[in-house]
Amino acid sequence: MMADSKKVNILCHDSIISMDQVSFQYEGRNVIDHLDLTILQRDFVGLIGSNGAGKTTLLKLIVGLLKPSSGEIRLFGQPVSQFNGWDRIGYVPQKNTLNPLFPATVKEVVMSGLFGKNRMFKRMKIEDQDKCNEALHALGIEDLADIRIGKLSGGQQQRAFLARSLINNPELLILDEPTIGIDAETQESFFHMIKHMHQRHNITFLMVSHDVEMMQSYLGNEPQHTVGKLKFYVKHSHDLDDCVDDNLAHTLRDLRHHLDLHS
Amino acid sequence: MDIFTLDFFIRALIGGVLIGLMAPMIGLFVVLRRLSMIGDTLAHVSIAGVALGFLINVYPLLMGLVFAVVAAFAIEYLRKTFRSYAELSIAIILSGGIALASVLFTLGRGFNMNVMSYLFGSILTLNETDLWLVAIVTVLIVLFVLLFYKELFLLTFDEDAASVSGLPARWLNITLTVMTALVVSVAIKIVGALLVSALLTLPVACSLAVGKGFRPTLLMAIVFSEIAVVGGLIISGLWNLAPGGTIVLLLIVFLLGTLTIRKGLRI
Repeated sequence: MMADSKKVNILCHDSIISMDQVSFQYEGRNVIDHLDLTILQRDFVGLIGSNGAGKTTLLKLIVGLLKPSSGEIRLFGQPVSQFNGWDRIGYVPQKNTLNPLFPATVKEVVMSGLFGKNRMFKRMKIEDQDKCNEALHALGIEDLADIRIGKLSGGQQQRAFLARSLINNPELLILDEPTIGIDAETQESFFHMIKHMHQRHNITFLMVSHDVEMMQSYLGNEPQHTVGKLKFYVKHSHDLDDCVDDNLAHTLRDLRHHLDLHS
Repeated sequence: MDIFTLDFFIRALIGGVLIGLMAPMIGLFVVLRRLSMIGDTLAHVSIAGVALGFLINVYPLLMGLVFAVVAAFAIEYLRKTFRSYAELSIAIILSGGIALASVLFTLGRGFNMNVMSYLFGSILTLNETDLWLVAIVTVLIVLFVLLFYKELFLLTFDEDAASVSGLPARWLNITLTVMTALVVSVAIKIVGALLVSALLTLPVACSLAVGKGFRPTLLMAIVFSEIAVVGGLIISGLWNLAPGGTIVLLLIVFLLGTLTIRKGLRI
């Protein structure tokens, strides 16, 4: 029976990211050495490593910003170089990369989640405005829509970035140290939000963090695999009926409902 | 004397309005990407091109434009070479440009080279060919910014996110630098090479002080720039002052004004 259910999982849980013997050299040094990694649909992968362990390099390889010296990387089954489903990926940056004086309102920032490759040369439509409003609403920041992003608190900024990454209803969410420079309480509520999304919704997570404790509390004490100084903690979510597709509006409204109950 | 009936002044005014439109359009992205010094650099290289144009008897403004575009690519190349010392590439090209210009200028002694007008700008020297060149570049810049507004916004706000969205970040970066080179090289005849980068940065500095969203900030920068350019040209025409200097001083007055308003409003 165990074998059976496992088989079902493997069948319907496609590989979202797969890396096969990937190496990357920078100035003659092996930053990443023969890395094998498979992230399946609905996995939550926490990537922990000290500074210089190659976390950022790994993320850049995955999104095609850097090309591996050898090996192959696939996104949703396609080689990265030919991949064109970029709107299936949401991205939450490090908070400290934000220029606090940047002249953009929260709304403009959230909308920018739609500005992908397949939207080039196209105007934004009413539906896009609606998507934006829904994302703002889902994260409880609709009142902040017209405020400059730099004037928000750290936690509010993180919500704005999360709203931006969710506006496309992504299947894969990449978070690069999203809680750095935020106070502990806000960090916890942010992490709580992420956990909830993983448990209830059809999203696969790859989160880079330095916060071992917080990651271990959700993902367990033992990394699933360790490559060099990179540790991968993995948790698969079973709570959702397997392979159910739910739409953005539902996903976000449900999340908002949940958050309201908790705040 | 009514300067508005003089052909050269009308030409300068039309050229000025076009430059006043495109400079802050590109300037906003340049400033927000922390590349404020790039305008200066490209202007100095452009001057070397102008000098060479005089020496070998080729249309100087076009030669300056070619030099600025080549410098734009050189900056991109050096930036990749030095990575974490990106500003080093700007310093290298800047001094290289001045060095080349000064050598070419001394080589050309005895030729009829109006060096001063290229360094400090002049409203007397813009001829019809220059005006056409300014107009063509304006069309290019306006099209570029309108067509890629969304993409340039994301690239400027969060370059990593732009790449994750599959945008051709490298292509956009290089094109933005080349567009900057075009603006700078056609603007030097009116504003002067020493002050041209102020036209990219100062209107943006004014609007950043009061702007909230991205679109209003861009529009306000254009308004500040146009008022300063038109006002500056008229003042310099009436009292025979250097146009570039007059425009830049006006912009500094605007900046002081917006900073005061910001303090008052506590934005």
